[in-house]
Order: sequence, then C-alpha cells, then structure tokens
Amino acid sequence: MSAARVTRVDGPMVEVSHTGRLAMHELVEIGPDALPGEVVAIRDGRATVQAYEYTGGLRPDDRVCPTGTPLTARLGPGLLGRVFDGLLRPLTDGPVWLLPQAPGTDLDGERWDFEPGVRVGQQVTGGSELGTVPGPGAVVYRIMVPPDGGGTVESIVPAGRYRADDEIAVVGGAPVRLTTRWPVRLPRPVRERRPADTPLHTGQRVIDLLFPVLKGGSVAVPGGFGTGKTMLLQQISKWCDADVIVYAGCGERGNEMADVVTELFALTDPRGGGRLADRTVAIANTSNMPMMARETGVHSAVTVAEYFRDMGYDVLVIADSTSRWAEALREFASRTGVLPAEEGYPATLGSALAAFYERAGAVTTLGGAHGSVTIVGAVSPPGGDLTEPVTTQSERFVRGLWTLDRELAYARHYPAVSWSGSFARDALTVGAWQVSHGAPNWAADRARLLSLLTEADRLAALAELIGITGLAAPERAVLLTARLVRDAVLRQSGLSPRDGYCGRAKGLALVEAVLAVGDRLRWLAEQGRPAESFESADLGALVRVRDTAGPDDAAAVLTARDTVLTELEGVS
Amino acid sequence: MNPLAVSFSAVRELSGPLLVVSGVTGVGWDEFAEIRTGGRVRHGLVLAVADDLAVVQVLEGTFGMDPAATTVHFAGRPLRIDVGPGWLGRTCNGRGVPIDDGPPVLGPRRSAVAGTPMNPTRRQPPAEPVLTGVSAIDGLTTLVRGQKLPIFSQAGLPHLQLATQIAAQSTAGGEPFAVVFGGLGLTHADADAVRDALAARAAAGELTILLNTADDPVIERILTPRLALTIAEDLAFVEGRHVLVVLTDMTSYAEAVREVSAARGEIPGRRAYPGYLYSDLASLYERCGRIAGRPGSVTVLPVLTMPAGDITHPVPDLTGYITEGQVVLSTEIAAAGVYPPVDALSSLSRLMRHGARPDHLDVAAQVMAALARARQAAELADLVGPGGLSEADRNYRRFEDRYLTGLLSQSPDECRPLEETMRLAWQALSVLPRRELVLLPEHELAAHGIAP
Repeated sequence: MSAARVTRVDGPMVEVSHTGRLAMHELVEIGPDALPGEVVAIRDGRATVQAYEYTGGLRPDDRVCPTGTPLTARLGPGLLGRVFDGLLRPLTDGPVWLLPQAPGTDLDGERWDFEPGVRVGQQVTGGSELGTVPGPGAVVYRIMVPPDGGGTVESIVPAGRYRADDEIAVVGGAPVRLTTRWPVRLPRPVRERRPADTPLHTGQRVIDLLFPVLKGGSVAVPGGFGTGKTMLLQQISKWCDADVIVYAGCGERGNEMADVVTELFALTDPRGGGRLADRTVAIANTSNMPMMARETGVHSAVTVAEYFRDMGYDVLVIADSTSRWAEALREFASRTGVLPAEEGYPATLGSALAAFYERAGAVTTLGGAHGSVTIVGAVSPPGGDLTEPVTTQSERFVRGLWTLDRELAYARHYPAVSWSGSFARDALTVGAWQVSHGAPNWAADRARLLSLLTEADRLAALAELIGITGLAAPERAVLLTARLVRDAVLRQSGLSPRDGYCGRAKGLALVEAVLAVGDRLRWLAEQGRPAESFESADLGALVRVRDTAGPDDAAAVLTARDTVLTELEGVS
Repeated sequence: MNPLAVSFSAVRELSGPLLVVSGVTGVGWDEFAEIRTGGRVRHGLVLAVADDLAVVQVLEGTFGMDPAATTVHFAGRPLRIDVGPGWLGRTCNGRGVPIDDGPPVLGPRRSAVAGTPMNPTRRQPPAEPVLTGVSAIDGLTTLVRGQKLPIFSQAGLPHLQLATQIAAQSTAGGEPFAVVFGGLGLTHADADAVRDALAARAAAGELTILLNTADDPVIERILTPRLALTIAEDLAFVEGRHVLVVLTDMTSYAEAVREVSAARGEIPGRRAYPGYLYSDLASLYERCGRIAGRPGSVTVLPVLTMPAGDITHPVPDLTGYITEGQVVLSTEIAAAGVYPPVDALSSLSRLMRHGARPDHLDVAAQVMAALARARQAAELADLVGPGGLSEADRNYRRFEDRYLTGLLSQSPDECRPLEETMRLAWQALSVLPRRELVLLPEHELAAHGIAP
C-alpha cells in the first residue's frame, strides 16, 4: 500500500512525498477534505500537485490519496441546460457558497429515458450508437460505444428509465453505461478530420459578411475592457446556428455570468422553439473561484464539445477569456519556479494555446457521422496592448481574428470589430459555399466592402489635414458610401429587438442595397454633380431599415434601397 | 484562539515583512498566527509551509523584532472574525481593533475573512439603484445594488471627498442600508477628514470604518479590505441590509501585495506586480452581489489613483477587467473648478440599464450624445475659432456649459435627489433645439414643455 503525504503548501501548489506509484496528470485527493488536485511534476519520490481548491488549513503530513486516473470529465445525460464549474461539478441547484469540496461522484439521482437502437448479437465499433436519451430540447443524447470499445452486443437493456451510472449494455465483454468518462486533456479520437466547408451563421453582420468562420474553425477575439467582448460573444451564443453551445466563463465576472445564465434560461431558442438553455452547457469559473479549476475549465469545455461532436452535432465552444486561463498557467508556473519566458508566461504558452485551438475541427466521427467543434476564444490583452504574448500567440493558431477596437467602442459603434485589424482565413471557402447557396456575389461584395472601408479610412485621415472640401466629389462619394457601410450594415445593437440577430437574407440585402446606393453616388460624382448635392440627400431610410425591418425581412431593405435611389434621382 | 494550538520559538529568519520559523508541526497554509515579541503581540498569516518550516507575513511588520525573543503561536485555522450588527457605528484600525475607545467588536457569528466564492447560478443579477445623491453618478453612471463600480482618479483630485460624500449620503430607497468604509493607506489628515465627514452616519448606526493609515504597516493593508467585505457580507446576506463597501485607495493595496511578493522573491510580472494580482483583486471585488431569494446586497465602490493618470497601468487595467464599469475623474474638469470632476464620456456603468427607469435611460443617453457632440464642437473651435462655429455647434457648447455648471457641479455636502438630477438634466438639454433631441420620445418632450 503506497503512502503519500503533503510536504509543502504554497497556495494551490502542494508538494507531496510518496513511496508508491503516481503518474503525471493523475488526480489525487489531498488532506482531510479530499480536495482534488492534479500531479504536474514528479521527481525522486516527490510530486508537485496543483490543487483545484482553496488550500487554507492544509498542512505538511496531511494524507494524499492517489486515484489512479487522470482528471476526467463525466459525459452523459444532464449536461444540457445546466451550469457547471471548471471541474464539471454541477452548480445549478448547488449551495449559495462554494466551499472546497471533493469531486462529486453522481451528477444527480435523476433517471433518464433510454431507447435502445441495437439488438443483441449485432456488431458495433467504438463510437457506434447504442441508443438515445431525449434531451431537454431538440438535441438528443446519443449513447455511444466508448472509443476504445466495440465488438458484439452481448446484452442491451429494454427501453426504460435508467440512472446516469446504470449499465445499459455489454459490448465485446465490456459494460457500457449511460455516462462515460474521458480525460479532459486528451482529445477524443475521430475517424478522420475533413475539410471544414460550411460557414457558422452567427447573426452578426460584421462577422457573417466580412470575417466569417467555418463550422470547425477557430477564432480569437482580442479586445480591451469596455470594447464589448462579452456582449458580442453572448449574442453569438444566443443566435448562431450551431446545434450545441458550450459557454465557458473562465475567470470572468460573476454578475455577468449570472446575467448570461438568466438570459439563456429566459430566452426562446430562435431555432425551433424551446429554451436557449436546452442546447447550452455553461461552465462557470468566475474570477474568484479557484484559479486552477479555471485552468481546467477550458479543457472540460472542449471535452464536452467533443462528446456532442461525436454524436454528429455542430458544436460551438466560447471561452471567455483565454487570457485568464493563460494567467492561471503563468501563476502556477511562477509558484513552481518554472523559468519565465515573455512577460512571465511559461515558454509552453504557445503549445498550450495551440493544443486548445487545435481541438477545433470538422470531423468524421468514429461512428461515421459528421460533426464539428468551432472554438471562439476571447482574449483580454492587458492595457489593450495587442502585442502581448497571449494575443500574438493566439493569432498564429486561429483561422479567424475579430479584433475589437477601442475607438469604435468609444464611438458606440458596436460590435466594435475592427475592419483593418481582423482577418478570416477561410473567406474563400465561405465564398464557395455562398455561391452554391444562391449568393454568387458574396466574395466580390466582401472585397468591395473591405476596400471601401480601407479607402475611406485613408481619405478621412487626409480630410483631417486638408479639410473635407479639399477632396474631390468622387472621393467624397467614397467617404459617404463607407459611412453607409458602417452605419447601415456593420452597426448592430445587441439590445435591438429586431436587429440583435440578423438573418442571412437580410444581411445580403443590406450589402446589396448599400453597394447599389454607393454606385449611384459614384456615378453622380463622376457626372460632375457637386458633392454637397448628394451629401445633403436624405439617406436615413437606408440607415434606419436595419432596426425597423425584422431579422429576416429582406424585402423591407430593398424597399428602403429604392426609396433612397429615388431620392438620389432628384439630385442635380 | 484555539487552546490546542502550540507555540514555536525557533525563528530562523526575519526579512522584510516575513518571518520564517522552523521546527513546526501541524501548521497549515493561510493559518492565522500571533507573534509574541518583546512583551508585545503582533499578528501574521502563513504564506507557505514546507516540512517543518512556516513562512509568516507579519501584519505589523518586523521592525525591532529579535529572533531570540520571539515566539509564534499558530491558531490552527485561517483567520476568522466575529461578524454581526455590532460592527455598525464602530471605527477600527485596519486589523479590526477598535480605535474609538470602545470595547472589542464581538458578534453572534464567526466568518473566515478569506471569503467563499458565491455560486454564480445563485446570484441575482443586480437591478435597483443605490442612490448616491451625486448627479454625475445617479444620473449618468447609475450605481446598481450588487455592482462593483470603481472610481479612477489621479493624485490631487478630490476622489476621497467624493468617496466620503457617497459613503455619507447613499441610500437604498428606504430599505435597510449600511456603509462599510475601508481606508487603505490614508494619510492621517485624510483619515481624520473621513471620520469627520462620516460622523453623522456612524452616529446613526449605519456605518463601519476600518482605517489603515499610510504609516501603518503595509502588510496589514492586505487584510483590511478582506475584513471590510467579511463584515459587509454578513450585514447583507444575514442581516438583510443593502451594504455599500467603499475601499480607498486600491493602488495602495496593490502596492502592499507587490511588497510581499517581492519579499518572497516571486517572479515579478507587469511593473513588478505579481502575476496573480488579477486573481487577488478579483477575490475582493467579486464579493459584491445579491443572492436570489434573499434580501440584502453588497455593492463595492473601490477608489484608485492611476499613477501618472495612466489607465493602462496594471491596477486600473486589471480592475477594469473585473469591475462593471468605471467612474473616471478628470484633471481638466477639476481645473475648471467643477466638483465632482467626473468625465462622463469616459465613465460607464455596465449595469445601468438594469438599474434605471426607461425615461431616465433616454435622458442619460441624450446627455451623453450631446456631450460627445459638444466635445467635437470644442475641438473644432480650437481649430477655427469660436466665430467659425455653426449655430448648431454653438448650441452644443451652450449645452455643455449648462451641463457643467447646472447638472454636474454640486457641493460636497449636497445630497441631490434623483428627481432634482433629472430636472437639471432636462434643463441643460432644453438649450438644444428640439430637432437635436432625437433620443427622447415625443411624449417626454411634450411633458417637459419642449414644443414642436
């Protein structure tokens, strides 16, 4: 029998001496309260353990119990519609004050309706579906053979109500339960990665039109405080067309998390009714909850996402924010005496971020279905400095970058996604998808919008020097068109009941309308009409229509376009 | 003190605020300790334990301590204090020892000062306002019950005056209310000013003052906000009061954290603040909030001075990421002789839309929009001279003038009711022609006599 004892405690860092066996990343239970911790270094019969809870009162010579397994996530019915902490312990219906506690063993005593989908004697492989459990909403839990399992179905229970830990089948000699466990730091296996080819429709025009992301892509969202990061991510989690959303708040504000949860539970899912919460798993490790559980929270979130991906769903993971996660890495590295690299972060920061973002992807699952995990990670650069390590390292690994601009936010232009500081590496693929879905001009229009905005920025800087009257009429037409692009297309208030979400057709119509008006303005300028003549025209109908038309009302947009074009007929 | 706790006298090392004692057994991390030295008692917290060594941070500092004449007595558990209504009306030092000639503060309950995180799913999102009687805050950056809203200031600006004014006159619309004022590294003059300004509130039994002065040991400063919040949580969630916690100056607090970190030889982060400053500040600020189904709330109003006015300095920067908005004071407005010198355009209360009435929100939005236009007009006037301004621009400049002298400006002892704030806001807006007031609904314009 091995014995392990605490020899040193320094905040969440606990040193342990042991005579038996301990493995890297093994979960151990520390002290009289069995606080969970993870082995992060082993040397000469001593191990360094990161504790996931407040270690106040823990003392040398306290007992440590190895558990023989790494930290695992409990994956099964009951995930959707609930809120968990970073170790996937349920918070919903939990106590008001979160005292340090051992990892729970049972999710709850609830029973779930299981409907078998296979017969005894059938051959199945890892990832095959054995049956289903209805979720609280449209998403159904598919109970799968574990990835390393497979063989003949030796027994399967009849349809009925079972507890999460009940055995529902024996496959190839191994029991299968409703709930499975998976080590959070290990990506779940797939048959193969396939090229991502379908855009994630977010309902936010600046993203869908200028900086789109594919289902299976990854995006980093850097923005200083007050630039509207959380608001943007909340909008996306409410409205995007992923099947399942995993919202991980790592180290963010408690009141904000409460707000997210309250809204999710109150809002109706725009896709097919039910509550929004019914397709959401929320992981909440707010800034004053234990630091190391925050570090684990992002891994737990992606593991949950992969679990749903393996059922054949498109899953979106939102991590707010990866900077707090990186800070937890830094804090622990500094306590354990790891040599600091840039700004005190450990040199492994890059690999840690890569490992996280690389868990995104579109795949063919072991069971043969198509599923995807899309990752959107917020970054909170200190001092709004975009050259800091977490931002710069993240930029290298993501397919898209949505940089939030303080100037735009101060001007109350939301979402404050910078058109000069953002990118979408999959825009070509999205363009191809748009062509096959009835929008052949999407890529060309996007290019025109971006070049208009860039040109207008250059002209605006010039106008600040020489005055607007120093510019020629065609240049002023460009400035006016770019203003229309900003105000009529890119601006979108998350609080607007009609425009908080924008359907695909309405977005495309707005672009078409603004570009048509822009063409007319340029034509007028080239015809020698003075700039004042078209600058004084009333373009209000087009600017206001985003708020007055419903989220899918493309016809109203085209009417507004015609109103404005008619108004411009009268310009002389 | 735990009677079973044992004393150890093998003090191996004294350096900076730290004491290392060897030969200890059964001492836990973050435990509280009493240190007897030269016939006097000091206090400490265990920063690290390793085998038979314990590193203790000495709250009162290590000045004059002789290792040979020092014994350390460990309490056997992290620091807990008595909590309850007994704190109301009392003035104590930064460790909670009375400095008002009264007896030690006792209470019916004991709570760990480290606090416990609140389950985010049991939080009630903040909704109703705390009325401060200060127009700039009530009108434009409403403080909401359960919110954390910092004041960002600079040396020389009247932030302490504003903080004490808010502490003296805030109310929760007739519901039970209390203020816990935590002074961190205040000068003696400032500490006296705070006591004087808050005397009436203390006498009414609605106030607790914890004063850690600038010449008190910096290490004690790390404890002061934790005491303040522990007292506040009990008053709020057990006694059912709405509690406002004012903490000033958080920059002094962060410097104290840095000092301990440096003494421990930790790897320095930005500007030598430790890498865990975010987690540390969050462990304080996040203790604000409301609990679903229970009366009472903890609202936190931290005040901090931005070194050299730099908002990207680690302390305001990290604070901004944790708190829900900020009230920024401006040297220019102060130089114009306006009190309180709140720069409304850079201030923000993220929760205001939950804490203010719809008509109030419209007026605030209109004032902010007009202020932004007025600032543009002022910049233009700098370029082309006031004569080159359009009629519209001149209107906006008149509006700004009315705003500064009528709405923003008030006396440090004036408690202005919200209705009066709203009246002054309308009065300032009324210098603008009706066509400019696009954010206000028709019926409101009509109700305030602004004719079509």
